[in-house]
Formats: sequence, structure tokens, C-alpha cells
Amino acid sequence: MAKLTIADLKKIKDKVHSETSLREGGQRAKVTVHMGTCGVAAGARTVMDSLMSEIAEAGVADVIVTTSGCAGMCSKEPMVTVEMIGKEPIVYGQMDANKMRQVFKRHILQGEVQSMFAMARG
Amino acid sequence: MLELSLHILDIVENSTRAGATNTEITLVEDTYKDTLFLEIKDNGSGMSEDVLKKVLDPFYTTKTVRNVGLGLPMLAQATERTEGHFIIESKGGEGTRVAASFKLSHIDRQPLGDIASTLVTLIAGNPDVDFIYRHQHNNREYVLDTNDVKKEIDDVPINHVEVLHFIREHVQEGLKEIGAEA
Repeated sequence: MAKLTIADLKKIKDKVHSETSLREGGQRAKVTVHMGTCGVAAGARTVMDSLMSEIAEAGVADVIVTTSGCAGMCSKEPMVTVEMIGKEPIVYGQMDANKMRQVFKRHILQGEVQSMFAMARG
Repeated sequence: MLELSLHILDIVENSTRAGATNTEITLVEDTYKDTLFLEIKDNGSGMSEDVLKKVLDPFYTTKTVRNVGLGLPMLAQATERTEGHFIIESKGGEGTRVAASFKLSHIDRQPLGDIASTLVTLIAGNPDVDFIYRHQHNNREYVLDTNDVKKEIDDVPINHVEVLHFIREHVQEGLKEIGAEA
């Protein structure tokens, strides 16, 4: 699989199309991984990898992942903001791959804010 | 930063926040000359001459949330400690070019690390930006152009988890094929 083959990408496109037609649409959550210099140096990329592998494993397509810059609380990095649709954003601090897995499974999938890692609301 | 790929993630995130819609990342490993060359070019908002003079000062930043700006100074320092060079060129309204060279075999040179993860993170967080990643190892080259991917997947977003998984595997496989060793 050294070249981007049309066959491989077409298979993905067809699969995504067939899954999308079965869903009602809309987004469940937006997750922002803070990716400033401080975040990157503190391990934000590992947190992002963990989040993406959880999304793949759970097979959910209604979670948007994005990145942002430094929020000014460098000592609390890596930071992650979870915005469930219709709810106040929750900012989590000093995250790692395991904490991200827990936040994904408990907060994003089940709606339970993980207050032990949460730093701020709103 | 423990890996060069983390420096790349940091610098390219700066490009995207400067409004870049195109970013080119080039890495050239030359084992005969014993050099590793990194270049990041973007078409973002660029910098004025005044700002450009100050970017390597760790106590200068354009951010308002803190008083230090360590991204570029840390990369510049990483080149200096490996007998390399660091160049930054920028024009307001046109974009920025960062070039960094390292002595490939220098004991203090950071490993490239997980560049596939860096690229996937950049694409996931910035699906509207076009990225071109070129990695040359002596006379062999691997290229990832997100424009090619976007053309093939049509209306499926490039930050869809299945597409990102494909890109990750493609980069890892491609670098293995060219014998990348940085």
C-alpha cells in the first residue's frame, strides 16, 4: 500500500456513504485538543492519537476532532475541551492517553463529566 | 521537544493559525553528506520585518495569553547543537518559510519520531488546509499530497477516521519503502 490507490480510497468512500445513509445526521460532540508549543511538548499528540483510536474503535462518526492554540495555562497542558451539543464546554487539564480514553468512554459516549480531570466549565 | 516530528507539528500549527491554506513540509535525508534538511513553507499571513527580527527571542510572542514564545527558538537551538543552520524568511501577506538543517549522525540530533502521527494530527485538526509532505532519502522519495486524497474521496471529509487511518498507514508504509532512517 505504498501508493494512494484509487481502489483503497474508493472502498473507504463507499463504506462511509453506506454508513452515513443509515444515520439521522447531526453531531454529538466537538473535542478540541490544545496544540500550542506547550501542549505539543507536554504530550498533546499522544492524547490526540488516543482520542482517534477510541473514535475508530467505537465506530462513531458524529464526534468532531479539532485542534487549537495555547490557552495561556501552559502548566495544565495537555488540555482538551469537550463540547457536547447543547451543553456547556468542559475543559480537562493534564491529560494523557489513559485519561483521554476515560473521558471518551464516560463523558463523550455516556454523558458523565469526569470531574476528577475537569478544570473549568464554559 | 523529544522528536523533530513534534517541532514540525508545532511550527505547522503556527502556519494554520496564520491562516495558511497550503503548507509544504519537506525532509531530505542525505546519508552521503550526513545532513538532514527540513523545510516548512506556508502561504499564511506572514510577518513584518520587525516581527521577523524578534521571533527567535524566547521572550517575544504574538500571543496575548502568555509572555513567552518558545516554538521557533527551540527548533533553532536544536539545529545549532547539531552543527546545523536555521533560516526563517517571511513577507507580510505572502507567507513564511522555515528551513532547518542538522548533522544527520550528530549524537544530539533528535530522532524524527512519529511523523505519521504528526501528519494525521495536522490533517484531523485542519481539514481545510492542503498539506504536501515530501520525504527524500538519498535518491528515493515519498510524497503525500492531501489534494490527491481529497480528489479520490470526493464528499467524504478528509478528517473522517477511516481516511485518517489510511493516511497513517500510507505514510508509515511509504517511509519504510524509501528506507527513511532519521
